[in-house]
Amino acid sequence: MSEWVLYEVFVRSKHGLNHKHVGSVHAADNEMAMENARELYTRRSEGVSIWVVPSATITASASDEKEALFDPSEDKVYRHASFYKLPDEVGHM
Amino acid sequence: MYAQMVDTGTKRLKTLEEMSPEERDFQEKIDAETKIEAKNWMPDAYRKTLVRQISQHAHSEIVGMLPEGNWVTRAPTLKRKLQLMAKIQDEAGHGLYLYSAMETLGADRDEEIQKLHDGKAKYSSIFNYPTLNWADMGAVGWLVDGAAIVNQVVLQRTSYGPYSRAMVRICKEESFHQRQGYQILLDMMREGTQEQKDMVQDAINRLWWPALMMFGPHDDESPNSQQSMVWKIKRKSNDELRQMFIDQTIPQLEFLGCTVPDPDLKWNEERGHYDFGEINWKEFYDVLKGNGPCNHERISTRRKAIDEGAWVREAAVAYAAKQKQRAAKAA
Repeated sequence: MSEWVLYEVFVRSKHGLNHKHVGSVHAADNEMAMENARELYTRRSEGVSIWVVPSATITASASDEKEALFDPSEDKVYRHASFYKLPDEVGHM
Repeated sequence: MYAQMVDTGTKRLKTLEEMSPEERDFQEKIDAETKIEAKNWMPDAYRKTLVRQISQHAHSEIVGMLPEGNWVTRAPTLKRKLQLMAKIQDEAGHGLYLYSAMETLGADRDEEIQKLHDGKAKYSSIFNYPTLNWADMGAVGWLVDGAAIVNQVVLQRTSYGPYSRAMVRICKEESFHQRQGYQILLDMMREGTQEQKDMVQDAINRLWWPALMMFGPHDDESPNSQQSMVWKIKRKSNDELRQMFIDQTIPQLEFLGCTVPDPDLKWNEERGHYDFGEINWKEFYDVLKGNGPCNHERISTRRKAIDEGAWVREAAVAYAAKQKQRAAKAA
């Protein structure tokens, strides 16, 4: 099985929703990855669409980059609607 | 519990002051109930303990298919056969979710499975008992899956993210297992002949104590529990979980109109729990050591499945390579 490729599986649970990561499978090729994902992750109509992606092709942010990547947005409170206080008379906006 | 006596490799708990800055950071995250993810820093012993526990848990799911496989061709009706096959397929799925979670820690699936087949890795002691009559399918679903649920519901809050998410998925499916098991017994007790009712009692008599052993040794005999609890890999102690299981199971037993083979079992008003007799620990350790009634049979069945399935895996690889070549030529 070592020659088989590790795939990450993403399932769209309902029309209109995003695909969400659910786990992984091993397979010899893309078609088999799809079949295995179907058997493993959607036995009880958990989804309407499946993506399988070779794990090796995913680029992920490293945990030690967390501050560099995500901290700058912490001090930009003006990017949120709640930053802008409006008088009650204006009503809902 | 599907993982018993998981070695943590630590002799003594460290205080926060004794820890390296990384370790302290890690422990504080755990104390704050922040899940640890695959890419986060973690102590080596935490990683190794998780690989041991998750692989053991996965092996239990896979070996757990075997006692039930015994009854697929002998199920009394087509309906029962379909239900049993669906349950067995779920167990395979649970094993695969868990192997996936284990792989996020850098462990290799083939290597861990090889350890199982070499007799170096454990799986739950319960699956080394035979399933002798049809009522065993009911009793396994009700008692064995029931005990597993008690443990696994708590493990949904385990500190390692991928393990916790696998548990959430598994718990959703387990309750079908337990209900179908109980219903098998209920049908036999309500509509069965005397002989069939006797089969139910016989199944419970044989499986009751092994089901209680699933939770592992007493807390004071469980040297690794303390570290696992601090790491929140474990969330409740063996004895706590066993008591929870007994308390919720006895009313269901009484509803069936059956008994358990324990003369010391009785409700303790003061404690608000059932008291129960002492487990035969010698039997427990014997089974863990490989000397249960079915240890040898289970492992040889697993080995045979891997060996005889080798050509299928090879063919799949050859087919994939050929398809790739063809696609390259066509392009």
